[in-house]
Amino acid sequence: MEHIPLNFPFLAAALLVGISLYILIFKKNLIKLIMGIAMLAAGVNLFLVSLGFRAGGAAPIYTNVTEGPMVMPVPQALTLTSIVINVAVLALMLTMAIHIYRHTGSLDSEKSRKMKG
Amino acid sequence: MAALITHSPILIIAIPLLAAFLTLPIGRAGGKARNVLVIASLAFVEFLVIILARDIYLNGIHIYTLGATSPELTLPGGAMVPIRIILEVDAMSIFMGIIWATVSLAAAIYSLSHMARETGQNRFYTLLLLMVAGCFGMIFTGDLFNLFVFLEIASISGAALIAFRTRFADAVEGGFKYIVISAVAGLIFLFGVGLLYAQYNSLNIGFLANAMQYSTLDIIALTLFLMSLTIKTGMVPLHMWYPDSYTVAPANITAMLVITSHACMYAVFRICFSLYGITLDATTVGWIIVIIGLLTMFVGVTMAVFQTDVMRFMSYHAISQMGYMWMGVGVGLAVLGNPEALATYGRDAISGGIFHILNHAMYKPLLFMTAGALFHRTGTRDLNKMGGLGHNMKFTLILYIIGTLSIAGIPPLNGFASKFLIYESVYQFNPVLAVVAMLVSIITLASFTKAFQSAFTGPQLPEYKDVKEVPKPMLIGMGILAAGIIFTSIFPGLIVERIVNPATDALINQAAYVNGIMGGGMP
Amino acid sequence: MLSKIVRTVTNEFMLFIVVFGLYIIAHGHLTPGGGFQGGAVIVSGVVMLLVAFNSQELKKTLSERVLSIMESTGALIFIALAFAGIGAAFFYNFLVGTPILGRIPATGPNPGDIWTGGVIPLMNLAVGLKVVAGLSAVVLALALFSSGEEMEE
Repeated sequence: MEHIPLNFPFLAAALLVGISLYILIFKKNLIKLIMGIAMLAAGVNLFLVSLGFRAGGAAPIYTNVTEGPMVMPVPQALTLTSIVINVAVLALMLTMAIHIYRHTGSLDSEKSRKMKG
Repeated sequence: MAALITHSPILIIAIPLLAAFLTLPIGRAGGKARNVLVIASLAFVEFLVIILARDIYLNGIHIYTLGATSPELTLPGGAMVPIRIILEVDAMSIFMGIIWATVSLAAAIYSLSHMARETGQNRFYTLLLLMVAGCFGMIFTGDLFNLFVFLEIASISGAALIAFRTRFADAVEGGFKYIVISAVAGLIFLFGVGLLYAQYNSLNIGFLANAMQYSTLDIIALTLFLMSLTIKTGMVPLHMWYPDSYTVAPANITAMLVITSHACMYAVFRICFSLYGITLDATTVGWIIVIIGLLTMFVGVTMAVFQTDVMRFMSYHAISQMGYMWMGVGVGLAVLGNPEALATYGRDAISGGIFHILNHAMYKPLLFMTAGALFHRTGTRDLNKMGGLGHNMKFTLILYIIGTLSIAGIPPLNGFASKFLIYESVYQFNPVLAVVAMLVSIITLASFTKAFQSAFTGPQLPEYKDVKEVPKPMLIGMGILAAGIIFTSIFPGLIVERIVNPATDALINQAAYVNGIMGGGMP
Repeated sequence: MLSKIVRTVTNEFMLFIVVFGLYIIAHGHLTPGGGFQGGAVIVSGVVMLLVAFNSQELKKTLSERVLSIMESTGALIFIALAFAGIGAAFFYNFLVGTPILGRIPATGPNPGDIWTGGVIPLMNLAVGLKVVAGLSAVVLALALFSSGEEMEE
């Protein structure tokens, strides 16, 4: 594992956040917007988890662990809370997308815009 | 009683939460039992906020550590780092708390008759109580990640409440926009929290304020926080979602959402003043906040002039009034490093901004609720279709006039007092800003006069001949806010000296905030 | 509704999924896991049932009344446990040191004693109950919503 540089998780998180910002700005379909937000959440969660990594550490659990340094447990707790919140947000967005489809018959955000000005 | 005061920071958050979980089982026993539960819990929260406020003005900051052996034990066993989630209530937090408790009580009483025709009312009150708990948590917390969690709770329940009346297509669209924007803003905020955690290994605002060195990663984190909270507060240039969402919500929910965006603005002030404090490049950040406030004031009122939908018209005015608060506090932030300018006009500018928060939080929900009363009786929000309603709805007319005179800054009502304080102090900073502010105030008065004439005066239209006055609960809800406006108009000096100035001093004094946490250990 | 073989195997398999989910919930204070994770595992079993049977069939067992009662119970137990420690502070772990779940764990690597942790395993169970009820209500509601749309046409 010494071939992978230590910055690799941060580059992956930045790539995910970049792709999701592209989706949020340029795509019009409501389902694609929801997928873009899920990808943004994945990128931020990956960033949070990889903050706690200490090289050579074990998982921060005392049950049957070998001696030695451990990784930091707090970012794992933060990530878990963030995942739960994002599940609720995605469920709410999907429900609203179904309602919009029932009212206007299309999933295009340009066509279902009723309010202007 | 002393024990109640010690535990009141967490009781103010936990009692609406408990009532929210109890609403579904008790709602099966009937609508009346549920209504009694909701109003009783909100009234008890208001009582707790008032006794906590009295104690804070006498004794200083209140700390509450969740899960310790005693509530003030922040550094157990002589540790150097505070562990556990800590709630820290100082004069600025309890100022926002008083506003939120009053407005949510008025909105809940209003919704007893406004939402009486909808199905699924148990779920409505559960979501309303969750939003109350979420916003209180955002105001009282002393921990950055806790701020994120409560921000998301308030956003999710707010979005569900906006889209509650699913039979209207534009309500669901407004709710969808709100939840998308809130999710993106929340995730950007979380990114900033991660950056700060990576450097200092702590999430507590007091500890971070102590350990802060203003490195490049901290500047990036500040930019991310400001971006995310600017989106959530509805400032120009990121304000496009604000009128769309606030127009289609039920009127009392819009009133509560306005205060939620005030709480996001409180989070900006907390981060700029108490977290970064004097290590920040005060002139640059202050000027950025002043420019954003100026743009917001101007764009808000010019977009409001030609609206025909009454709630959309009021949402644009809400955006424009928030610009006043940002400008006032931004002027204070810009001179934070300069002690003599701070004493001469900086402190008054911050006081003016904070006093304007109080006034706006009273007249803007009142105006939204009168618009909701118009919608409740006529079924339409279009100003072109309404006319001559002043003949039938006399109380609503009087309340609307009180709100209009207040927002336009006409003496002797309270809008004038706070705007005058802002004009005086901002003029000494830069005269152009004060001139633009006065111009915006004049245009506000003009547009509200046009809306008044269009909705209330004129000959009585035949289709509105049997329109009666709105039911009593709605009048009581609006009356609470109007009573607050009249009280503040008669005693503005008393309010400024007793409530606003302690809040200003609590914001400027970063050392007292840090000391509350770091000095709280057991020997 | 899928074929008879799939329905029978799904019914048998649900038992193992529920036991595995409960294992993850109950050991949350010792190994990775806890309330939300175990609840999500059980909900994946419910999704399997939803695919094998119709959503209309599943609605007869997991009706709205049952799910609502489960959800409220979980939430009220959690808040009641949090309020119970208010003698010292909110969320205070008042069961540490008492015979119920209160043994102090050893520090350092150890085989993991399940009767430790105080209030935390009980809160894990309450959260697991609420997560199962909440997420299965969401999944069931989305399934009924979309099939209702097709039936109208």
